[in-house]
Amino acid sequence: MKLTGAEIFVECLKREGVKTIFGLPGGVVLKIFDILHQQKDVEVILTRHEAGAGHMAEGYAKATGKPGVALVTSGPGMTNVVTPLVDAYMDSVPIVVFTGQVPTHLIGNDAFQEADNVGISRPCTKYNFLVKDVNDLGQIIKEAFYIATTGRPGPVLVDIPKDVAMNKGEFRYPDRVSIRGYNPTYEGNKWQIKQAVEAIHKAQKPIAYVGGGAIFSNAHEELLEFAELTQIPVDMTLMALGAFPGSHPLSLGMMGMHGSYASNMAVHFSDLVIAIGARFDDRVTGKVSEFCPEAKVIHIDIDPTSIRKNVHVDIPIVGDVKTVLRELNAMLKATPNGHSIEQRKPWLNQINEWKAKHPLTYVQPPDALIKPQYVIDRIYQFTKDKDPIVSTDVGQHQMWAAQHFVLNKPHRWLTSGGLGTMGFGMPAALGAQAAFRDKLVLCIAGDGSFQMNMQEMATAVVNKLPVKVFILNNHFHGMVRQWQDLFYEGRYASSYLDTVPDFVKLAEAFNAVGLRATKVGEVDGVIKEALKADKPVIVDIEVDPYENCYPMIPAGGCNHEMERRI
Amino acid sequence: MEHIISVLVENKFGVLSRVANLFSGRGYNIEALSVAPTLDPSMSMMTIVTQGDDRIIEQIVKQLNKVIDVIKVVDLNETEFVQRETALIKIHTRQEDRAEALRIADIFRGKVVDSTPTTYTIEITGDVRKVEACINLLQPLGIKELVRTGRVAIAREPVRQAAAQPKRILKEEK
Ligand SMILES: Cc1cc2nc3c(=O)[nH]c(=O)nc-3n(C[C@H](O)[C@H](O)[C@H](O)COP(=O)(O)OP(=O)(O)OC[C@H]3O[C@@H](n4cnc5c(N)ncnc54)[C@H](O)[C@@H]3O)c2cc1C
Ligand SMILES: Cc1ncc(C[n+]2csc(CCOP(=O)(O)OP(=O)(O)O)c2C)c(N)n1
Ligand SMILES: [Mg+2]
Repeated sequence: MKLTGAEIFVECLKREGVKTIFGLPGGVVLKIFDILHQQKDVEVILTRHEAGAGHMAEGYAKATGKPGVALVTSGPGMTNVVTPLVDAYMDSVPIVVFTGQVPTHLIGNDAFQEADNVGISRPCTKYNFLVKDVNDLGQIIKEAFYIATTGRPGPVLVDIPKDVAMNKGEFRYPDRVSIRGYNPTYEGNKWQIKQAVEAIHKAQKPIAYVGGGAIFSNAHEELLEFAELTQIPVDMTLMALGAFPGSHPLSLGMMGMHGSYASNMAVHFSDLVIAIGARFDDRVTGKVSEFCPEAKVIHIDIDPTSIRKNVHVDIPIVGDVKTVLRELNAMLKATPNGHSIEQRKPWLNQINEWKAKHPLTYVQPPDALIKPQYVIDRIYQFTKDKDPIVSTDVGQHQMWAAQHFVLNKPHRWLTSGGLGTMGFGMPAALGAQAAFRDKLVLCIAGDGSFQMNMQEMATAVVNKLPVKVFILNNHFHGMVRQWQDLFYEGRYASSYLDTVPDFVKLAEAFNAVGLRATKVGEVDGVIKEALKADKPVIVDIEVDPYENCYPMIPAGGCNHEMERRI
Repeated sequence: MEHIISVLVENKFGVLSRVANLFSGRGYNIEALSVAPTLDPSMSMMTIVTQGDDRIIEQIVKQLNKVIDVIKVVDLNETEFVQRETALIKIHTRQEDRAEALRIADIFRGKVVDSTPTTYTIEITGDVRKVEACINLLQPLGIKELVRTGRVAIAREPVRQAAAQPKRILKEEK
């Protein structure tokens, strides 16, 4: 069957089951948008900026576990999507970004809106393609989705020159692809898993260090079974929140720089660390040479380069978290007397002592300024029964959300961890809302971050994506101000944001709902009202501008030396 | 320590840049690099000479394996191998030096591949020490230009895919 490249493109998306894409047109992709316009299976959400499209695709992917798709034009369209590509690469988010390109015969001629899309994106994608012949388009799109979603997930870019979209070619969409240089390992090595079982049986003070990989591999059930079976407490990275129920007695919440006291003391003093789909980031390890000094380390990861990159590993297991945990659980069950609950008791008691000694708390005097932690806590209390999806921007508010918003299910937490991209939150929330029209989607934003992609409020309103954005407005780049307090003698160089814009008026300008709370007593009211609205809402909450985020391990510090104020 | 790594790759556009990006982006060093198609023209063989301690070499091998266009990686230092390099050396020759130049070329089994009234171009092939020794001896005569291919190397016996995982594990797995 002969189809134009643009028609092939749309057919391929249908075969991949893509329901929604995010994008913004331009000269070389008009043909594709034109074909999209004439069908109903794939919905196109027009964004106001390509960075918005990229982050929406990420939010969609994180919330659904399926690949997010963006379509942008050549030149500036492509360069605007570079930040989301790098963000997705750092956080292993499966997105497929299609860029337009000048016609093949003009490539390399500095043609109008030409950029070296594959050259620019090579270091920020898992893989990328330039399609030179319309007859290859189907095969390439199949490979793009396959690469983005298998192994360690990541972003893939497909660059489609204008003539390839216009020309007719043979449509072939293979059912499967095989790429000789790409064979991700899913099954863990049995011998290594057996070593892990023995180490677990022997351990007196084991701890699970769970990362984003547990979410990508949908391993929450296996993880729960593993923890309960072995009575091993669970630390989570920022990216893993929701992989294990945060309200479970074995959960120690988030670990690392702003993690809970108990979580960091536990890794530091453990004798066995079981890393599960985590990559030993420096925000977690602190000073690498003193990370879990007494412990043996088991590391389950699908990407061999993650293993032994930063930290010594005694029992490496290359494989998929879900597959490996299944095997591990089966072997543990086959040796039920390997360890005893008694054996774990002193360790669990110690951990409970740490938990009790320094829980994550805050003090909110009724007539003082609003504490940001209090706001998060209230939002959590009002929404916890509604199973919300929560996105964040980057900064203090992100850390407070991670600490105080308890998540019990995976794919509910959308945050930018590796790159720490301000402006991620609101578009990511829109991506999730586009995937789940009936779900409650919240965005906890900073006043600084929100301004980096606030144009997408228009996308929210026009496309009826009723996200609830809570801006913890401290009139500062708060996280920067905190570091200036701690390490630059309180000189607030370029961190004060002043009092503009008026976010309530801004909401109204977009024809969204704008609400504001300036006193503690007003917080509950605005939350309730926001939740009632069937439109996008911006809630501007004036919080204590000088509140710092604790606990905190200073960069390069050691995990048992937590700085605390409360 | 110096390592020579053979990397079998897809013979397609952009692959060299993917591999080069990997080294530059992660701060690894490429001391020499050569690339050419294999018997099967859909693939190319790269020979990369690099430096690093065990931990770095382990990461380099893993990172190379991770590149989707890379089909096979062999760290030749883990086996016995032979290596060769070719240099073309153009020397400025005064009348009285021409005989000496030929003599040196001869000692190293080099060939004069071009000659003009004032120059000789000598081709020398061998392991790196031999090539360098020859260059050192010719230097006093006045080397005008020098080009080297970078090394190519081949294992003496067939080897299986190198350490995608570290050596220790490969041993344990057997
Ligand atoms: C302001 C700020 C503060 C931060 N503070 C903290 C902090 O206090 N604590 C903290 O934890 N983080 C913090 N972060 C985030 C931090 O920078 C890292 O992003 C995070 O620690 C990485 O999490 P991870 O190890 O789970 O890795 P991810 O980036 O989620 O990587 C996942 C790992 O799992 C592997 N994987 C993927 N799929 C699979 C599969 N199917 N099977 C097996 N393995 C798989 C991947 O290969 C990779 O190694 C902060 C970020 C910001 C912006
Ligand atoms: C795009 C981008 N630029 C700069 C930074 C550095 N940075 C990290 S946190 C932060 C401040 C964020 O301010 P805000 O969104 O108001 O959050 P707050 O810390 O005040 O809660 C900055 C500037 C970043 N992470 N991303
Ligand atoms: Mg702020």
